[in-house]
Amino acid sequence: MGTSAAREPDLPRYDELNDPGSQLRPHWRTLIGRLRSGSTDAIRRSHELTRRLIAENGVTYNVYSDPQGTDRPWALDPLPFVLPAHEWRIIEAGVAQRCELLNAVLADLYGPQRLIAEGLVPTELPFGHPNFLWPCSGLKPADGRWLHLYAADLARAPDGRWWLLADRTQAPSGAGYALENREILEQVHAEVLPAVGVRRVRGFFDALRQDLLRSDDDVAPLAVILTPGHFNETYFEHVYLARQLGMPLIEGSDLTVRGDVVYLKTLAGLRRVRTILRRLDDDFCDPLELRGDSALGVPGLLGALRAGNVVVANALGSGVLESAAWLGFLPAISERLLGQRLLLPEVATWWCGERPALDYVLANLDHLVIKPTYPNQHFEPIFGHDTLGAARDRLVTRLKLRPYAYVAQEHVRLSQAPVWQSARGADLVSRALTIRVYAFTTRDGVRVMPGGLARIAQQDAADIVSSQRGGGAKDIWVLSEGQAESVAAPSWSPEVRRSDIPSRLVENLYWLGRYSVRGQHELRQLHVTGDISGAAAAIQFLARGASQVRNRLSTRYWRGVIALQRQLHQAASSGSSPREQRDPLLQQLAALAGYCDTDMTRDEGWHAMQLGCAIERAQFLVAMLDAPLGNEAAASPEALERLLDICDSLATYRRSYAGMPHLTPVLALLLGDERHPHSLTFQARRISEHLAALVPDPADPEWQLPPLPAPTLEPPALRAALAAFAEEAGRISDRLSVRFFAHVDTDAQSLSS
Amino acid sequence: MRYRIDHQTIYRYGSDVMHSHHLLHLVPRPSPWQQCMESSIQVQPAPQHRFERLDAFGNPVIRIELAQPHRELSVRSQMLIDLFARPVVLAEDTRPWEQVRDACAYRRTGPALEALEAARFRHESPHVRIKGQLLDYARECFSENRPILACAKALCDHMFAELTYAPGETTISTSVLEVLERKRGVCQDFAHLMIACLRARGLPARYMSGYLRTHPTRSSAEEQPALIGAGATHAWVAIWCPPFGWMELDPTNGGFAGMDHVALAWGRDFSDVSPLRGVILGGAAHELSVRVIVEPVAPAAG
Repeated sequence: MGTSAAREPDLPRYDELNDPGSQLRPHWRTLIGRLRSGSTDAIRRSHELTRRLIAENGVTYNVYSDPQGTDRPWALDPLPFVLPAHEWRIIEAGVAQRCELLNAVLADLYGPQRLIAEGLVPTELPFGHPNFLWPCSGLKPADGRWLHLYAADLARAPDGRWWLLADRTQAPSGAGYALENREILEQVHAEVLPAVGVRRVRGFFDALRQDLLRSDDDVAPLAVILTPGHFNETYFEHVYLARQLGMPLIEGSDLTVRGDVVYLKTLAGLRRVRTILRRLDDDFCDPLELRGDSALGVPGLLGALRAGNVVVANALGSGVLESAAWLGFLPAISERLLGQRLLLPEVATWWCGERPALDYVLANLDHLVIKPTYPNQHFEPIFGHDTLGAARDRLVTRLKLRPYAYVAQEHVRLSQAPVWQSARGADLVSRALTIRVYAFTTRDGVRVMPGGLARIAQQDAADIVSSQRGGGAKDIWVLSEGQAESVAAPSWSPEVRRSDIPSRLVENLYWLGRYSVRGQHELRQLHVTGDISGAAAAIQFLARGASQVRNRLSTRYWRGVIALQRQLHQAASSGSSPREQRDPLLQQLAALAGYCDTDMTRDEGWHAMQLGCAIERAQFLVAMLDAPLGNEAAASPEALERLLDICDSLATYRRSYAGMPHLTPVLALLLGDERHPHSLTFQARRISEHLAALVPDPADPEWQLPPLPAPTLEPPALRAALAAFAEEAGRISDRLSVRFFAHVDTDAQSLSS
Repeated sequence: MRYRIDHQTIYRYGSDVMHSHHLLHLVPRPSPWQQCMESSIQVQPAPQHRFERLDAFGNPVIRIELAQPHRELSVRSQMLIDLFARPVVLAEDTRPWEQVRDACAYRRTGPALEALEAARFRHESPHVRIKGQLLDYARECFSENRPILACAKALCDHMFAELTYAPGETTISTSVLEVLERKRGVCQDFAHLMIACLRARGLPARYMSGYLRTHPTRSSAEEQPALIGAGATHAWVAIWCPPFGWMELDPTNGGFAGMDHVALAWGRDFSDVSPLRGVILGGAAHELSVRVIVEPVAPAAG
């Protein structure tokens, strides 16, 4: 251990753009030349286009520590990071080799554990790691692979070589961003790109998808992407990947294990799942056998894995390799398992659990960075030279008390890459940079994405690059050798099969429909009640529901929801009159309904949402009509006028009938007019139409609404008939929940005794 | 000694449980001093699926699934156990604790074969977080060159003298540091704390899950006092004591596990071997009742 090459105190940081003679390095010449020959106006346009495309895609990266809020545009530099073909060959071979090696390490740790018996791995590394999952011990994955998707974080040291900083084996994030960044820059640099000759990344995802969907015995195998949900910091990427790969994005509660088979709960029934690409940490994946406090997993999943009935990528337990402590041991492990020397050098690393390593670390703290061995230690890397006096003493005490829990690494002086700082001109500034390169173990060998995600530090010369601390991203352009690759259209259509829509989504959309209509009703009554809290509650529920189904909604719908919440906040705190408060809110709600109409695919989700709207409106109309039917005072012309206004029907009424409102024509319009979209008859028709599209047996009596009474019926009989109608509508809503949404709103709980 | 054990767990739910999965560590694990003559497990309502296997630590485990709505779950485990005296080891004959620690420490030549299995029980686990403070607790028990078993026995006695058995004051999520601070808890807490003190020094320690024999309250002075935690599921600790192997100590009752301790399973801590764990869909609030009978019976003739 301790090959000291990354730290060359006398060498300056590597300049990615210029050679030591201040000449542009050859691989940058075409790109920079093209960009410099363009006008400053063109540069400004590139910046603006990048920003706009990102906003359109709704790219957000939740930064936990950002006090400005959780949604923030992902900062993508319009200037890509260029790598020449000969450098890429080295990286590609090195990353592929590491991916293969780490897969073999996992196979040993969860199998015979020879590496431990032979002294190549200290027991502390796997057994002390919270992601070494004992219940997975002895479990052989059905496809024979532990590590499917792997990412390597690399940095270029002053010596000009690429060094390995960290391995990502749990559920590497960022591949979706890499794809998105490329698609954005392809538009921004549409003219420059062909001249530069850049390798395409799309084929990597094509291969990934084909591999995940391969099955020897199933004509339509179902592969899903498992997300922890919209609170996760990379949720946007999950949504994006799901769309690009054409796989349903699902949460743990969408899946159920029956016997030893995993199924997706859909409206059409249970559908067998063959492959799960997980973005959920492995220890959360099965609350029955792993962390019992996980509400995000699939109880029984391990049973299905043991039976070989499902493939989870990456295999559960792969997170154990995410620790800097492994780095120093991997060269010898590679010799043992692959009979090969590692191609990529790793940053010199000392695991303090060995006495000589601890002694070295204590003697050289000034040059080292101290990191945790285990992810549950939750502390940020400590730069030795930053600790002085008492802080240094405390660090030394911690290291001596539990040496095995600490890792020391050389402080790498990161290379500097050009960043297009501003839209003002062609000025480039230098920023520290690391790159993340992705690989996928296919059944036919390892495939490396020719590109990836470059990350840049926020401040000058900072050596910490972390998207959670701000900073930005760059697309990586790997230059092609020889002729450009052909632009192959994707060989699959990114369309989720209709029946694969999880019941949870459908249920959430149903309630989204109900709350958006409830919000309108509450607002329309605002000048009567004077109380905005009912509307506020409905809008909050709407916003919560929308966030649960965000990947089913158009970008403008989601933006509209955010605007609606802002307006609600303003209205509630403005002290303006109810009518002034309600109108912009009503308009926004109407706009949302319009977006659904124009943007949404007509699938079960849309029908469920429309059904929710119609049932909510029908029940509201019945409640509104009850008053004038039961009470003479409520049937006064003034009262009826208010009623028509609340029911959004005043203008229509005035077009059809002259004079002050009377009960008979009001009933004819609100109850019986089948062309009026706010009438009860109209709702009844919508309910049966959307039900017919949702339930497999729409003719069954249990889905039938009682016929609406004629408006001419005597008021007491009319009241009773309407009440019966509303009650039956409510019963249909409940029946839907039980029959099709069942178990979705019910929380799973863990028991232990 | 032959015991008949009857362990019944009943969950009563506030509303229908639509679907549930459970994991049972209720089949006793055989050992040289413990043999299971009969064992049966009845589950009501009858599960749709039932899978049996050995877990990663070698304990029998059963996974069941109930797919029909139910308001009550009853799991009844009955067994007939022949228990013999565990081997007696003189504490002085075990190795000094520092040697045990060093035998487990990492070496490039690989661990001693005997230490390989013990190493699984030497690290942090979900209920046994290892913190520096644990080294200060009962430090005097680990004097220089003291044989490992003497250290462990002294630690066990120290805990028994100092900790108060206080049912209902802690839950399974109470951390060992909290237990250390409050000095109160139940057998699980004490077992976890003792394991943490041992592992903090790099010594392997196992969590033992099982039953404790019920002794009726006695009046006459010369008889043993009733054991605390009697008539229930119980937890204690096993310590790796080379060259002899694992020795079992019970910090809740003070002293070695003996003819009253019937083992079900062992693991790193409670999370590996909880007798009955599950995930249910629905059910609202639930009420749990557990009844354990450990009753000596005459061995069958012949």
